[in-house]
Amino acid sequence: MPAIQSPVTEEVHPDVALVARAKAGDTAAFEQLVRQYERQIFRVAQHITQNREDAEDITQDAFLKAYEKLDQFQGNSKFSTWLVRIAVNESLMRLRKRKTSKTVSMDEDVKTEEGSIPRDFAEWRPNPEQEYNQAELSDILRKTIQGLPPGFRSVFTLRDVENLSTEETAEALGLSVPAVKSRLLRARLQLRERLSRYFRKKQEGQPA
Amino acid sequence: MNCTDLLTHLSDYFDEQLTADLRAEIQSHTDSCQHCRVVLNTTRQTIEVYKDNEIYEVSTELRERLHTAIMAKCLAAKK
Repeated sequence: MPAIQSPVTEEVHPDVALVARAKAGDTAAFEQLVRQYERQIFRVAQHITQNREDAEDITQDAFLKAYEKLDQFQGNSKFSTWLVRIAVNESLMRLRKRKTSKTVSMDEDVKTEEGSIPRDFAEWRPNPEQEYNQAELSDILRKTIQGLPPGFRSVFTLRDVENLSTEETAEALGLSVPAVKSRLLRARLQLRERLSRYFRKKQEGQPA
Repeated sequence: MNCTDLLTHLSDYFDEQLTADLRAEIQSHTDSCQHCRVVLNTTRQTIEVYKDNEIYEVSTELRERLHTAIMAKCLAAKK
């Protein structure tokens, strides 16, 4: 039940009608929701698990779970946020199952203060993106984000890649708003630090 | 404002959650502090480079395969 009534009349999100139809058994309406969000759910799962096959499985399982639990969706949040939350939980569960993974929860891996204080103060080259082709750049960005603990990676992905609001990110990850903010700052600073290795201006006298 | 204060407000600065006064303080601090200016600029570039480049592209083929699999699972569950 919504705890706080919004003082302004909000526009009804178009998903509301689709969800209502899907709840009533309209498969076409559910399929439209799948079309709308399948790419996003796949990206989120791939960002968190860093594994393409896992991401495919998670995407399928997340939609199946959403379909089976549609009756439990109360409409307090956006349908998309609810869906992302299911996908995040599935992704974290998958990481836990992976024996190689040391970091398995949203909490365990973020106690370190590492990376919260900037150390690299080099300016970047004016257009670092132009010095790499798309494949090389994607490779750098993937490697860099892979190095973040999942608890930071998830927050950064939802906020800065998928453009969820801070509140939606908190809801999708089961975190408080201050926790999201603190993790987001540290994720951004750690990525900055790591990307500086690639994008920093060459110092004079150094070979290019 | 000192360098630590700036870090505290950095995310809110990018998310446009700061009052005009705080924004002005940040501006004034970065005018005189080279390190913070670099941190601010390169953090902004970090966010932008991830926003502008989709690093996990979903090809049409993958999307179709996923879509078919999702709907097959859901319809099977319905029965």
